[in-house]
Amino acid sequence: MTTPAPVEIQDPAAIAGQKLAEKFPGAVTADERPGYTGWMIAPEKLIEAATYIRDQLGYDLLSSVTGVDYIAEEKMEVVYHAYKTTGGPALVFKTQAARVDPIRLPSLTCVWEGADLQEREIWDLYGIRFEGHPDLRRILMWEGFEGHPMRKDWKEAFYDDEVKPYKSRWPEGRHVFAENRTAFGDNVSFAAGFDPEKWTATDPEEALYASLKKYKTEDKDGIPTDHILVNLGPQHPSTHGVFRAVVMLDGENVVSLKPVMGYLHRNHEKIGERNTFLQNMPYTDRLDYFNSMSNNWGYSLAIEKLMGIQVAERAEYIRVIMAELSRIQNHLILIGMLMNDLGAYFTPALYAFEERELILDIFEAVGGSRMMCNYHRFGGVVRDIPEEWMKKIHGLVFDRLSAKIDEFDRLLTENELFVSRLKGIGYLSPEDAIRTSMTGPMLRASGIPYDIRRADPYGVYDRFDFNVAVRYNGDLYDRYLIRIDEMRESLKILEQALKQIPAGPVMSVKPTYQAKVPAGEAYGRIESPKGELGFYVVSNGKPNPYRYHVRAPSFINLTSLEMTCVNQKIADFVAILGAVDIVLGELDR
Amino acid sequence: METYGKGILKGLVVTAKRFFNTYIEDLKWWGKRYHTAEGIAHRSSKDAKGIFTVQYPEEKLPVPEEYRANPFLIYDEGENGERDIRCTACGICAKACPPQCIWIVRGSDPETGKPVAKPSEFYIDFDICMNCGFCAEYCPFDAIKMDHDYEIASYGRNLTDMDELLKPAKYYAEIRPLNYALEEAARAEKAAAKAARAAAAG
Repeated sequence: MTTPAPVEIQDPAAIAGQKLAEKFPGAVTADERPGYTGWMIAPEKLIEAATYIRDQLGYDLLSSVTGVDYIAEEKMEVVYHAYKTTGGPALVFKTQAARVDPIRLPSLTCVWEGADLQEREIWDLYGIRFEGHPDLRRILMWEGFEGHPMRKDWKEAFYDDEVKPYKSRWPEGRHVFAENRTAFGDNVSFAAGFDPEKWTATDPEEALYASLKKYKTEDKDGIPTDHILVNLGPQHPSTHGVFRAVVMLDGENVVSLKPVMGYLHRNHEKIGERNTFLQNMPYTDRLDYFNSMSNNWGYSLAIEKLMGIQVAERAEYIRVIMAELSRIQNHLILIGMLMNDLGAYFTPALYAFEERELILDIFEAVGGSRMMCNYHRFGGVVRDIPEEWMKKIHGLVFDRLSAKIDEFDRLLTENELFVSRLKGIGYLSPEDAIRTSMTGPMLRASGIPYDIRRADPYGVYDRFDFNVAVRYNGDLYDRYLIRIDEMRESLKILEQALKQIPAGPVMSVKPTYQAKVPAGEAYGRIESPKGELGFYVVSNGKPNPYRYHVRAPSFINLTSLEMTCVNQKIADFVAILGAVDIVLGELDR
Repeated sequence: METYGKGILKGLVVTAKRFFNTYIEDLKWWGKRYHTAEGIAHRSSKDAKGIFTVQYPEEKLPVPEEYRANPFLIYDEGENGERDIRCTACGICAKACPPQCIWIVRGSDPETGKPVAKPSEFYIDFDICMNCGFCAEYCPFDAIKMDHDYEIASYGRNLTDMDELLKPAKYYAEIRPLNYALEEAARAEKAAAKAARAAAAG
């Protein structure tokens, strides 16, 4: 008698992958490296397979595109994470090219426009040429930069050592200040043919200006008209930092627009690969510095997946409480700053700051710092919430915030000036929103109820009763309203979490500064207030991550910026950008 | 019928309420709202109304116990005022430090020249310290802790040596009373267990 084979519970992504492999025999194989998942697709079949994944398998949202340099295997790999907007786990597919310049792979921008900025980033940092990309220019580094800094054999100007802890920080027992090892000594190399003496500001940006659509000069009623090129930023108050937009105008109307970024680029990912696993935690605080609690969570999620550890029960609730408080303060600030952009100078912004101060007081008491919380550890959080501060959180959640959100609602929602500036402006259709990989409030304001807390729950979010806020008009006004809705939903979650939080330890493992992370890959993603924040981490069993990638929502949500701005007035660009909710620390990484 | 301007008026009521709340609160508190500890505490509580601002530097918000500014080293004071530095130069803080700003030189016995478990030099480069608190968190000897002094702006570079870093344990007890009590209790327990073991063995 034979025993029946054990029933395999397969996740939907594995079934979809099987179908993919059957459809493209020979070209699609399972990734069988230990600790890895997903499907390896031959580059020549990539576009075909991606179209099949999008149209037939239903994985319509391309969330993350990541380059990885496997220098020992002499391969360059690109990893794609695609999701269904109806929910569920990722279909991970990869493609590889030999690591011999020029490295070429097909571009997926024809299937998902959301790959646009991300492929440019990979070209910039890894030097993989994406054939068929409409505008493959450097994005984070400047045009005259030589080399591709994320490659494993590239060394930064202030190169110390391959990994931390550094042995070279104090050579010969003597401290050397960083500026004494100056970048203009023998550490800098320029691209071939580049002479800094002869450099003028316009030269390397010809390609940028050429990529803009020109408005055709013509005679309108005897008056000759011409396009105007405007550089908004990088030093412009409306761009929330050092973001720059190059805008081509016809009169007041936007004809074409290109975002230019990288002014705050510090190669966070390279730093991350030099750090040990735990050392990255305080660095994640500095990505989206409004939501360091959420950033910490995304990163710990990825590492906990790799380590295969459970999070202490109480810590799970504390994480929810902190993440939702952080969402509320982020949305308040967003609305306040949006009002600043529209000209309601600082009254709403400072009202928002009041509530934010109270929330930051809590972060300071538990994490030790108002913005750089550094609160999560692998397996839990660093310390419990002190009793007196638990009371303060209760007071804030049950007695104050709800009334204050209502007050904001009364202050702004019906204000005619405000409404007329927002309604019908910056429209983004649901199809376009998915195509351009929008996530978070941007996607939900376009009518797609996609919230990772519900679609692919992490932590203990499956235990709470809340609605996914969704609005259907896809304009600026809905992007404002959805933030108000989300704050109310966050309060609902907070109330439940505060009632249900169990007693117990806040760490499931012994705290250590040397996390032992087994080899493999993991993608941890959370619904950060700005969208999907993902961390793709590859470990090779050493104390430092082999690959550390941040899927930054601020960055990818800019893919649709041109789309939403075209044919709008230049003054509306400011509001449209404000409502995307970008933070430059995360955008430029 | 839609009246244009209704929404604006509704919003103006909110701002007017906020404006008058300040004066109502001022009257309620009779001059005690500013420059007093209760007043500051009230203004940063859930019941705060009206003006919110704390007038730094005349008024200062109290910092919570876990607040972390720069790290400092702790020494216990002996009976004759001698300094017993807790640090054993094990180097865990330097290894855990994300920006790698700590440098320790292990001391040696002046007679035999053998290394001893004490630092002879201890530097922290505060220019690159990111105040993450890992050094304090992972120090097994409670020898390095995070300070509460946030007024640390300076004109020069801040490569800080051991003399400047050392502060007495009673200062630590002052700024972090709860943590200090917990650590002392744990230490006493450990010492008691050790004594019990020694008694059982001997």
